[in-house]
Amino acid sequence: MLRFILRRLLAGVILLLVVSSVAYLLLYLGAGDIGRQILGVTATQEAVDAKNTALGLDQPLIPRFLGWLGAAFTGNFGTSWFTSQPVVAAITSRLAVTLSLVIGTTIITAVVGTALGVWAARKRGAADRLVQIVSVLGFAIPGFLIAIFLVNVFALNLKLFKPTGFVQLSVSFPGWLSTVTLPIIALSIGAIASIAAQVRGSVIDTMRQDWVRTLRSRGLSENRVLYRHVLRNAGGPALAVLAVQFVGLLGGAIIVEQIFAIPGLGPIATNSTAQGDIPLVMGLVVVTAAIVVVVNIVIEILHGFLNPKARIS
Amino acid sequence: MSESAMTSNPPVAAEVRAARSHLARRMLKNPTGLAAIIVLALIILLAILADVLAPMDPSVANINDVLAPPSALHPLGGDSAGRDVLSRLLFATRFSIAGALWAVLIAAVIGVTSGLIAGYYQKWFETVSVWIISVIQALPGIVVLLAARAVVGPSLWLIMAVFGLILSPAFYRLTYTAVVGVRNELFVDAARVAGVGDVSIIGRHILSVVRAPIIIQAALLAGIGIAVQAGLDFLGLGDAKLVTWGQMLSDAFSRMYQAPTLLIWPSLAMALTSVALVLFGNALRDELERAAGKPKRRRRGVAAVAPKVATEKPVTHAEAQGDARSTLLEVKDLVVGYDQPDGSLKQVVNGVSLMVRKGEVHGLIGESGSGKTQTAWSILRLLPAGGRIVAGSVVFDGKDLAGLSERDMVKLRGRRISYIPQEPMSNLDPSFTIGSQLVEPMVVTLGISKAEAKQRALDLLGRVGLPDPQKTFSSYPHEVSGGQAQRVLIAGAVSCEADLIIADEPTTALDVTVQAEILELLRDLQNDLGVSILIVTHNFGVVADLCDRVSVMQNGLIVETGPARAIFADPQHPYTKALFEAILEDGAARGPLAHSADRNTVTVRSTVTEKSAR
Amino acid sequence: MTESTSASRAGEPLLVIDDLVVEYPAKGFRKQPFRALKGVSIDIKAGECVGLVGESGSGKTTLGRAVLGLAPVTGGSVRFKGQEIGHLSRKARRALSDEIQVVFQDPYSSLNPSLTIEQTLAEPLRVKKMSAADSSKRVRKLLDQVGLPSDAADRLPREFSGGQRQRIAIARALALSPELIVCDEPVSALDLSTQARVLDLFKDIQEETGVAYLFVSHDLAVVRHLSHRVAVMYHGEIVEYGDGDKVTSDPDHPYTQRLLLAAPVPDPIRQEQRRADRRRLLESQREMELQAGAV
Repeated sequence: MLRFILRRLLAGVILLLVVSSVAYLLLYLGAGDIGRQILGVTATQEAVDAKNTALGLDQPLIPRFLGWLGAAFTGNFGTSWFTSQPVVAAITSRLAVTLSLVIGTTIITAVVGTALGVWAARKRGAADRLVQIVSVLGFAIPGFLIAIFLVNVFALNLKLFKPTGFVQLSVSFPGWLSTVTLPIIALSIGAIASIAAQVRGSVIDTMRQDWVRTLRSRGLSENRVLYRHVLRNAGGPALAVLAVQFVGLLGGAIIVEQIFAIPGLGPIATNSTAQGDIPLVMGLVVVTAAIVVVVNIVIEILHGFLNPKARIS
Repeated sequence: MSESAMTSNPPVAAEVRAARSHLARRMLKNPTGLAAIIVLALIILLAILADVLAPMDPSVANINDVLAPPSALHPLGGDSAGRDVLSRLLFATRFSIAGALWAVLIAAVIGVTSGLIAGYYQKWFETVSVWIISVIQALPGIVVLLAARAVVGPSLWLIMAVFGLILSPAFYRLTYTAVVGVRNELFVDAARVAGVGDVSIIGRHILSVVRAPIIIQAALLAGIGIAVQAGLDFLGLGDAKLVTWGQMLSDAFSRMYQAPTLLIWPSLAMALTSVALVLFGNALRDELERAAGKPKRRRRGVAAVAPKVATEKPVTHAEAQGDARSTLLEVKDLVVGYDQPDGSLKQVVNGVSLMVRKGEVHGLIGESGSGKTQTAWSILRLLPAGGRIVAGSVVFDGKDLAGLSERDMVKLRGRRISYIPQEPMSNLDPSFTIGSQLVEPMVVTLGISKAEAKQRALDLLGRVGLPDPQKTFSSYPHEVSGGQAQRVLIAGAVSCEADLIIADEPTTALDVTVQAEILELLRDLQNDLGVSILIVTHNFGVVADLCDRVSVMQNGLIVETGPARAIFADPQHPYTKALFEAILEDGAARGPLAHSADRNTVTVRSTVTEKSAR
Repeated sequence: MTESTSASRAGEPLLVIDDLVVEYPAKGFRKQPFRALKGVSIDIKAGECVGLVGESGSGKTTLGRAVLGLAPVTGGSVRFKGQEIGHLSRKARRALSDEIQVVFQDPYSSLNPSLTIEQTLAEPLRVKKMSAADSSKRVRKLLDQVGLPSDAADRLPREFSGGQRQRIAIARALALSPELIVCDEPVSALDLSTQARVLDLFKDIQEETGVAYLFVSHDLAVVRHLSHRVAVMYHGEIVEYGDGDKVTSDPDHPYTQRLLLAAPVPDPIRQEQRRADRRRLLESQREMELQAGAV
């Protein structure tokens, strides 16, 4: 098990290296005259040149990249070109906000999605059709559209929740809850739809396996077979979908945070992109890629726990 | 027998031919599919005709029309800059859809091509593809797009092209899986042996299989493309020169307090398009599954609307003298059917009657589709979904199982009636150890402790001839051979001391030498435990080896029944006779080539036979 | 043989396999490759049916696939009419399609479900550049030859039963009038009565056309019914090869003896006898093994 995790971690580090190299090279190769972009059209050419020199942009690309990489290994991702704030500081203060949102959504998605999926698979008929309709709507309608709708109905008209703003989880749990409820609903509906559809499908498939009949022939009740044996076997594919959903939620959070004015990674991601603040964009790329790597390893460990065959290979 | 059944059954042939009619035509008959197609066609038409239909230029702002309410001039009112909302909506439809289609097109071209190559040739191309994909998928799509936006600026087409690249793994994976599946199909091997080249094989045999799944995937991805594109524009990162749904939403969101209705139109357009795309994909998938799935292996059972009990009595041989064993199981006029989606009932067992005595081994023999396995499952009340006992009784030890509640049935299974399945490898839960699958039922049905159950399980594993019970106990099913797995399943069947074992083709999936050992084991256990066995088989050798009495089944009916020796000595029913005639075991060998050439092949006689005779 | 002009004469060696080794590369890194065939030698004469019997994992199917060019030959030779065909390029292999053909076991996956019977049967003909009209004529003739109605041409595989599909697969194998057909368990998936009829069809076609068969099966009775000579495979090797009647009724090799006595006879009285024989055989073989071990 330990060897498996170490091997995955090594692969993750290599992947991270490749992703950041590709991102760095493309970002800097694609960017135009950076000094000009920062200072605007009115600045003199001398000022622009001085700015470029100050940012180290007069150096050739490859040594610059190696310098960045070396600094990154020590945890230094440079400073923002526009706010002069260190990139690490800018990101860490906001990362917790986004993660609390995304992890909360993932937990709710896993629980509700699995329950709905099992319910639909078990009852079929009307329950099944209901879940399928909800799935179609949830899958089809983008999360930020749902977010806009929720703000409109629950915050502006019914005044049940605050439309915008955010209270840190560490400050007040009820406060946090009241500010993240709508965002989490907006984010989770699509993810729940995917998980429910996946769980429903794999439970139905698994129920058709020969060994289900054999276990029942041994005197085990249908429910026991379902909850002890079928769910465990159906869990693998559902976990894979959950991993994909988590990555999607990370992206979805960026837009939803904008709608609810939540001070997560979303606003700085949007601003740094619009301004072309490349150090900050690079920092975001590395951080999200690292999160994705870690989540995939966690999912694989869980999968190995469920499936003995995967454990061996 | 089975060969002539097909041609003499015109309704089935017609039904199958209808199912074959082109997928597109069937989509038009599917209500959901048709509705989705109409909506999508309308939306695309509006997008194409935006120039003609739009009442004004979408970018012309009029200060007097800022947030104007709907009027004759502006049917949907004006937006925050005083532009006509209807005109903007029409042009937004055009650009939003074009952007999504562009991304999907790029994704499909990259994904399908690389999937075909990687799937067909595998090797290094596959390894490289897997790495590229993990790099692409190491980031959420939005983050990649934001980074791309930082480089290429606010160009709709460039951004959506990058998005196409991000989506391409979906097509790649789909194509790759399909290709790997198909390239191992025997018909691809047959085509290769027939001299068909690689390109033709990919084109004819492989693309034809993945075409429909690719369309489904494209529909779903187009929906995602629309959402992501709108999301970027909503964040204000889009091309300000083009009007899209996302920009309209962004504009409306900023004026949500003053003019909430502005949100309705772009939201509605997006939701409608996305839902139509998903429904289109779902409907196509349903039709595809319907076309491929159902009539795969036709059951030969007679289709009937109302339960029909056949009245023909089987040929019954006189019982052996002095057999005074009492009856354990008596099945009478059993009818089993499956409810069809159209409300009809498909009957697979048409009135079976059979009797098993205490301590008897009873063979139920028949060809595929005769209903023998269905009969076995109905005794256990473990028919697949949709199947049920329609009529008749299954009296076991004085109780009619046909009317028993599921709760009472659970108490009976394992403890009184147990089961040995056909295919050993697929009948063990792959996620649990063999030991835990033996222990769990004993703990549940016998109410004994886990430790006691474990000891019993180890004893049983030794009893069924496994050389290292402890090792097998802690193994997972994929770690043992088929023969060992079947021994484990037999151990499970006798673990709770049932009185009747239903064995469904227990040796069919095994090699001949393993089959002989398993038959030996079954005989020993039966002798030791005095248990009754109802053994379902298609093999007369197995019947001759094990059975006291036999029932021959055809088309859901018993045609002949009696003591095994009597039936083997003197089969009466024409079907039984035909089966006996088809047995090869006693036939003459063909003999060496020279003789047959001499006898039959007129053209190659003369010198050849003399030569090889020497 | 009516169609083929280059027919070999019955009794002349058609296929000669010498010391054939097939190895599948192992999945893991630095693992030993899996040796499916460990030096197999066998020959088939023109117009002959050679039966190949063995249990799962014995390598019998691999041998058939090696002859078809579908398995990686790593040693030894496969000679067809004197020409080495063990290591042909894909292109050279394609040229052999009118000499060596195949009928597979599974009648469900051996026909492309989305192609009509005519499309499937015409595929090899088209490769040989036959005109549409000629190939259509040929397809109808083939269907007639295997006992199917000519209107079967426009239908899809799923409209046919297992036995009928196997007839279609046989028709496809016959399309180019080959001299050798590799039959890989072609009747194993069929019901008893269907099986007997398809076997008769194989026999009739052989007597009509003089085609040779390499007939792979796990069933001694089936092989005995159809084969002039029989080879028995065990763990990637041929342990016994000779006259069909002799090998299937009075074999010399201990494994063949076990195999023969393991199959139950469809007669309760004789099966009781066979059971006793089998027990005695196993006992004596065990003793011999013990003695061999003691020496």
